[in-house]
Amino acid sequence: MDLIIPTISQGLLWSVMSIGVYLTFRVLDIADLTVEGSFPLGGAVAAALLTIGYNPISAILAACAAGMLSGVVTGFLHTKLKIPALLAGILSMIALYSVNLRIMGKANLSLLQIDTVFTIFPASFDNQTMVLLVGLVIVLIVGIINYWFFGTEIGAAIRATGFNQHMIRANGVNTNITIILGLLMSNGLVAVSGALVAQSNGFADVGMGVGTIVIGLASVIIGEVLFGTKSFRNCLISVVLGSIVYRVVIAIVLQLGMPPNDLKLFTAVLVTLALSLPLFKAKFNSKKRRVAG
Amino acid sequence: MLRVENISKTFNPGTITEKIALSDVSLRLNPGDFVTVIGGNGAGKSTLMNSIAGAFLVDTGKIIIDNNDITKWPEHKRAKFIGRVFQDPMMGTAAGMMIEENLAIASRRGKTPSFRWSAPKSEREKFRELLKSLNLGLENRLENKVGLLSGGQRQALTLLMATMADPKLLLLDEHTAALDPKTAEKVLAITENIISDRSLTTLMITHNMRDALRFGNRLIMMYNGKIIIDVSGKDKKDLEVQDLLEMFEKASGSEMDSDRMLLG
Repeated sequence: MDLIIPTISQGLLWSVMSIGVYLTFRVLDIADLTVEGSFPLGGAVAAALLTIGYNPISAILAACAAGMLSGVVTGFLHTKLKIPALLAGILSMIALYSVNLRIMGKANLSLLQIDTVFTIFPASFDNQTMVLLVGLVIVLIVGIINYWFFGTEIGAAIRATGFNQHMIRANGVNTNITIILGLLMSNGLVAVSGALVAQSNGFADVGMGVGTIVIGLASVIIGEVLFGTKSFRNCLISVVLGSIVYRVVIAIVLQLGMPPNDLKLFTAVLVTLALSLPLFKAKFNSKKRRVAG
Repeated sequence: MLRVENISKTFNPGTITEKIALSDVSLRLNPGDFVTVIGGNGAGKSTLMNSIAGAFLVDTGKIIIDNNDITKWPEHKRAKFIGRVFQDPMMGTAAGMMIEENLAIASRRGKTPSFRWSAPKSEREKFRELLKSLNLGLENRLENKVGLLSGGQRQALTLLMATMADPKLLLLDEHTAALDPKTAEKVLAITENIISDRSLTTLMITHNMRDALRFGNRLIMMYNGKIIIDVSGKDKKDLEVQDLLEMFEKASGSEMDSDRMLLG
């Protein structure tokens, strides 16, 4: 029972990353692996700045800027150098591993005894409640910014790019720019999430990004299936809730005795099943029709 | 209006699949010209249209619209002048977005997107009026996603989108070829209405000779990457399918081989 609040809090902090993955995977229709590097990048930048005395808010903003930059690099590789999106993301991801080590100076940076975004506010709540509250506020801010941005002319052009590049080019929009902007938004959010998770964990680690994309996909798909995809706003809410449900599922299977080392395997199987669901559904339906006919 | 001067385009030069798609093509359109384009498969019709739209750059020659030399302009920049409807009904609209959002994007064709709200409620009445003119009942479905529409409805919507921001040139690339005959007829009627209402300068590719004769004030026929027939005005009005076939044989020195074109 006492696990519920921390589980929801974790879901909120990670949901910022899931929104980022949603922006590339669903909105832009690109599987962007940059996130595996931009998530620890956010953690690394925030941790490095916190340890030399910057305040947590500017550390998070700097992490966001760094993440955006990494998205722009991937976008440049993909649109200007015509490297396939998947490979462009992998290149950024690998490059970021070294960059992250450089930023931190070592593989792991501890944040113990250092003020984080969860401790700077007047502490009338215990630490657990604080993480939940900060998480809620940040998710709300991120949600509102995204809802506004993707409702503007620029945002609509980015969404249209994901649906149909021919259409949006025929309407006078440079798709190179919309793709780069989408990747910028996405990786900015992923890095913010990395910065938050590092601060809540009390450390940043160069390996903390492993599996980010799969966790993001799991959250997106769980959210879509359980909470709907009617409108863009609906999708944003679904992704946040999906992210929380994912954490709850993980907490439950760990409680049931699954070894933590098997977590990533479990997540991969979960996502595989979810992604192949449409295929099984179609097969099942056609069989049913054949039987009925 | 539109001046195409001696353009050529070869695909995959220097390889086994080398294909000369356009060779030294020139074409001048006057304002308000409605030109139908016919020709067999591989004649160069679509290549001509894509060259003008900027899907790729031509090897030689010039393309000029209203004194703007657009030969080297990228596709998205040319969209300022050009409205397009594609053969594939899926290509002209964003399926996952609402009718209203698609129209909002099209209404700004050629303008740099800003941070203003994309589909403000104040535009709705205008969109509704436009959709009403199609007579397809779409005026009550502004918030429906375009993916829910039939192929014919999507082509009619694309036509509206291509023309709403007053293009200097309208390019129709066999935009009814993927529709059933009845729907195609309806979309063609809408096409003719829009073009004559606004006297839009138009290039329309068609596979159907009768349509090519029925519509427009001018007809060009392409063969082997060249324009071999160009008739307009009264000459075109008096033309019949049989005359066209004879002209083709004389101009190309071969017999018409496409059944689709004969039967159409």
